[in-house]
Amino acid sequence: MFDKQKIEEIAKERQRWEKTTLPNWIKHCPERKKEFQNHSGMVIKGLYTPEDIKDMDYMRDLGFPGEYPFTRGLHATMYRGRLWTMRMFAGYGTAEDTNKRFKYLLSEGETGLSTAFDYPTIMGYDSDHPMARGEVGVCGVAISSLQDMEILFDSIPLDRVTTSMTINGPAPILLAMYVAVGDKQGVPREKLGGTTQNDNLKEFFAQKLCIFPPKPSLKLSVDVIEYCARYLPKWNPISISGYHIREAGATAVQELAFTIYDGIAYVEETLKRGLKVDDFAPRLSFFFASHNDFFEEIAKFRAARRLWARIMKERFHAKNPRSMWMRMHVQTSGCTLTAQQPLNNIVRTTIQALAAVLGGTQSLHTNSFDEALCLPTEESVRVALRTQQIIAYESGAANTVDPLAGSYYVEALTNEMEEKVMEYIQKIDDMGGVIPAIEKGFFQKEIAESAYRYQKEIEEKKRTLVGVNEYAIEGEKCPVKLLRVDPSVEKKQMERLQKLKRERDNRKVEEALEKLHYAAEKDENLMPIIIEAVKAYATLGEITEGLRKVYGEYKELIII
Amino acid sequence: MQSGKKIRVLIAKPGLDSHDRGAKIVARALRDAGMEVIYTGLRQTPEQIVETALQEDVDVIGLSILSGAHLALFPRIMELLRQKGLTDVLVFAGGIIPEEDIPELKKIGIKEVFGPGTPTEMIIKYVLENMQKRT
Repeated sequence: MFDKQKIEEIAKERQRWEKTTLPNWIKHCPERKKEFQNHSGMVIKGLYTPEDIKDMDYMRDLGFPGEYPFTRGLHATMYRGRLWTMRMFAGYGTAEDTNKRFKYLLSEGETGLSTAFDYPTIMGYDSDHPMARGEVGVCGVAISSLQDMEILFDSIPLDRVTTSMTINGPAPILLAMYVAVGDKQGVPREKLGGTTQNDNLKEFFAQKLCIFPPKPSLKLSVDVIEYCARYLPKWNPISISGYHIREAGATAVQELAFTIYDGIAYVEETLKRGLKVDDFAPRLSFFFASHNDFFEEIAKFRAARRLWARIMKERFHAKNPRSMWMRMHVQTSGCTLTAQQPLNNIVRTTIQALAAVLGGTQSLHTNSFDEALCLPTEESVRVALRTQQIIAYESGAANTVDPLAGSYYVEALTNEMEEKVMEYIQKIDDMGGVIPAIEKGFFQKEIAESAYRYQKEIEEKKRTLVGVNEYAIEGEKCPVKLLRVDPSVEKKQMERLQKLKRERDNRKVEEALEKLHYAAEKDENLMPIIIEAVKAYATLGEITEGLRKVYGEYKELIII
Repeated sequence: MQSGKKIRVLIAKPGLDSHDRGAKIVARALRDAGMEVIYTGLRQTPEQIVETALQEDVDVIGLSILSGAHLALFPRIMELLRQKGLTDVLVFAGGIIPEEDIPELKKIGIKEVFGPGTPTEMIIKYVLENMQKRT
């Protein structure tokens, strides 16, 4: 980026500065720590200069927004044209409760829906399953059948909102229900927009909500990708997720590396279905966390886009620039929230959200300040949404594209992030790819190690957590009003389900489930048959149980 | 408990949630502090947890839950422990458990509840002190 002579001049001046000016300052004001590190363990220097990015080539490494390698952003105008989507993850109680929360959020200026399902739904159990006791509607909305889904989206026109669904193992079933609701509303399938998380690979080492073993899980993810490429052109079939990897304890580098590698695995598997890379890659989407180290996070988002663009072009020979787009959703980091002095979490969330915006995200969820204690209340969700609106409309951060480009520090970090990720990618390639690495417990060990190290750093006060290991309030009492899910939800939900099972055409359900069993054994794409089954009101639990019989259940590989 | 014998701890995850970061960190910290630690893995039913406690002959059980189902699941675990005669096992809990639920949990025999942000040192100290009282 600079001519050689200029760099030599700067190097000479830097050396002089280190010998003359710097020592005087250090004498009066010694540095607070021997070494400064970010979360990924990169050593941060006191000063960055053009020397640190002397090997960069502007056109090769940065380019222009909307053009390869997309480091500066996917869109030429970025937020000057359209702000990011403000998408708040929501769901609790019955479908009626969540339908109400959705409408509230839309009326407060939210621009996209995002659904949290309860644990039974996520694990493929109906609300009346014995494993569901005490969990129905508690951490998300309970959805057991198409009937619940119809209530969830009642009077929300599906051609006017996009909906994200955080669902993995049962993703084909929930997507099928969404399609069925759309059909009922008369919305053409090519107009249905939204995202299914559908990233089963990360479940095995990060989120750990696995139903089936790795291979059939991957197959189901790819069924959705293939089906969407053919029939639901505006649907993002998958949100390849680093968020859970990070929350489980990974560093920023590990989060990015493992996520990108999962992305590689999905592309490879989908290519085996006879699709061309440009047929489906434009609709792959990503999901990352935004943690506390402001510049590390910004560098991560910028490096992520460049890495994915390069991989799609060089490794998979994509031709369509959109196949090289890493479209991302970002959520501020839940594990950084503290139960102590919860209002401080508003400040943490603001910093993390600003990093996501300066990193060029397409969509953002901001956590509520009370989430280390319970599900968010209406008031706390509003503050979280307002945080995004203040960044968007008051801070000026959205006024120009990629405002931190050219910062010696940010560019150097972005480069280092990319290098470290490439080392991991090489390592996983050498192990034979994602599934062998999962089976060896490679990711699990890496993450557990980082999580333990982070905890130790906090306990040894190498890392300050305001309000927790420093600046704590002695004998602090929980100051916030907690949201409690009404315990009658479980009963209501079970009654509705039992009524449905009595009143539906049970012969049609049996036929559909039999057909599904046959198709699963024959390794067909299951999406069309699952759509048929949910339309007959076969339940989520019945469909999952049918698939469990064919695929078996995953048994956790326990690594401490 | 005889002196010299290692304290045996079961770290268990009832409920459907999969947040095992805390449970694993606690398991590892207790192990590093010289205890014998068994970790159940995710989504254990009360029956499975009590069965493991019995089989492994543990002195301590740490229950970790973040799904909000503690009031539905913990009483069942405590009841089963009683039925199996494991009344002298020290049971503590951790995770996302609202302060206002703690009195009820203590009533059913859960001795301590550790919330988010608890240093592992504090849990180690708690287990050691309570085990010492029994010698």
